[in-house]
Amino acid sequence: MERDTHFVTGVYEDEDVLLQAITQVRSSGIKIHEVYSPYPVHGIDDYLGYKRSRLPIAAFLFGLLGTTLALTMQFYMMKFDWPMIIGGKDYGAFPDFIPVTFELTVLLASFGMVGVFMVSTNLKPWAQPRIFDLRITDDKHVMAIDIANNSAVELAKIEEILKSSGASEVNKKSFE
Amino acid sequence: MQVTSSVRDPLVTGGKTYHDVTNDVSRHVEAKPNIRWFLAFLTSVGVLAIGSIAVVATVWEGIGMWGLNKTVGWAWDITNFVWWVGIGHAGTLISAVLLLFRQKWRTSINRAAEAMTIFAVICAAMFPVLHMGRPWLGAYWALPLPNVFGSLWVNFNSPLLWDVFAISTYFSVSLVFWYIGLIPDFATIRDRATGLRKIIYGALSFGWDGAAKSWSRYESVSLILAGLATPLVLSVHTIVSFDFATSVIPGWHTTIFPPYFVAGAIFSGFAMVLTLMIVTRKVYKLEDYITIGHIELMNIVIIITGSIVGIAYITEFFIAWYSGVEAEQYAFINRATGPYWWAYASMMTCNVISPQLFWFKKIRTSIVATFALSIVVNIGMWFERFVIIVTSLHRDYLPSSWAMFYPSITDVGVYLFTFGLFFTLFFLFAKFFPVINMAEVKAVLKSSSDKVNK
Repeated sequence: MERDTHFVTGVYEDEDVLLQAITQVRSSGIKIHEVYSPYPVHGIDDYLGYKRSRLPIAAFLFGLLGTTLALTMQFYMMKFDWPMIIGGKDYGAFPDFIPVTFELTVLLASFGMVGVFMVSTNLKPWAQPRIFDLRITDDKHVMAIDIANNSAVELAKIEEILKSSGASEVNKKSFE
Repeated sequence: MQVTSSVRDPLVTGGKTYHDVTNDVSRHVEAKPNIRWFLAFLTSVGVLAIGSIAVVATVWEGIGMWGLNKTVGWAWDITNFVWWVGIGHAGTLISAVLLLFRQKWRTSINRAAEAMTIFAVICAAMFPVLHMGRPWLGAYWALPLPNVFGSLWVNFNSPLLWDVFAISTYFSVSLVFWYIGLIPDFATIRDRATGLRKIIYGALSFGWDGAAKSWSRYESVSLILAGLATPLVLSVHTIVSFDFATSVIPGWHTTIFPPYFVAGAIFSGFAMVLTLMIVTRKVYKLEDYITIGHIELMNIVIIITGSIVGIAYITEFFIAWYSGVEAEQYAFINRATGPYWWAYASMMTCNVISPQLFWFKKIRTSIVATFALSIVVNIGMWFERFVIIVTSLHRDYLPSSWAMFYPSITDVGVYLFTFGLFFTLFFLFAKFFPVINMAEVKAVLKSSSDKVNK
């Protein structure tokens, strides 16, 4: 059986039941493909064993780039390219350059991080997401298990574990 | 798990389930626009159209159409600019500062407040853009373009240029923050829709899949954006206040301006959020999401910021006297007792006295009183800017050049134009976008609804 095409899905009603179910399913040796929720479930990353997102690092680096660009730009323009005395101040009036430096730092950090987020999460207007169940954007949590990835465990066994962990429905879903 | 005190008032009332949240918010997007909406929308477009005449007159004839004169060279336009920018402070404060402080009540109001912020900043931007006279050449004066495009680089020592960077950064970061929050809700509407609506909201939702991994990144992004937007929101009105504070005009040249302007901005922004939300919750029957508790909490923010503003007025007056600088002392005496005494009196009544009424629980939990006072506050905040700007200029160092400022009909028209624009955008938002952040409300529902769902 091909990987990433045929799934068993467990539908959960409640976030606490879902979190317990994740622990139960994982401890019985089944690999979870992904869990889909209508809202961010507090602490689900730890249950699924996901590492913390590295997006803050991206934000920091883009912010640093913004600071550097802003200061370089202002010193180049005001001190080197066309020096002029304004208000009796030094050509390179460092304190005067702070507001624009701050704004460009925030601008680049935000846009850089959001850009990385869009790319890493594959968010784009023409993206065609795989919808395991239409209710995951409404009121249900869905745990998807890739059948091919769990060939060591029998299909009936997976379904039984999902049921016993509190799933209100157990369905099959296949994608092209 | 999160622990929530059982003595706290519930954030969502009416025993809502997750599915109820989806229904209550999405149904307004899915329903056909009704006659009331069309009337409101067409009125806004009408105001926009009438105001456009003044905008065309300004661009065609030049800013000589405005009521400015040689003595009062800044008046109506910058008053309106600062007023709109101030209003545009509440949204990001609610979504960023309250997120960092883990104030869960923000979830029901942040979407509309952020939308209001974005529209208010667009309205604010109209004034400096029109003031350029030939806005299509504005890029040469406002952006650091290479020398070959103009005579010189832009002046990075000028607070007016800092403002260009501050306002445009604030606008674009707020817009991104708002849109990131909208993505999961657009996905909800997409998954309930068929046909054309599914295609449109599908594109708007950027292919959101609701995976735990996506949510984890979404929360990271929200938190970092909140961390970045918090100093940003404070910087914007600080820099607006620098436009005045770095000059040497008596009445403007004070170090108190940045905190004073920021408090005033939050004050007027919350008032505008209340004005809009009280109407929206009623028309859309969202009383279970935007409860009296929400209104009361916003009123408390109004008391705090209103009191800061009141103290700033008194401090300013005291320091003018205490400085011993005659010109400074005169500027303040003239504000309170000169020909613009009525503007000063309106400012004091609306901003210092009226918000103190919210100390009474009866008043701050009354919808009618809150609605009335929220409008009073915004009138007061308009007068505050008018007082600061016009009274400081109209009697300058040369008594022979003393003058009064009277707005021209074009001035009034441009202001009307921004009102038309603001409400046109807000009504479009209220019809086609989910006005409450469904995903975030669902996230607090289990711990904060009046009935644990199911």
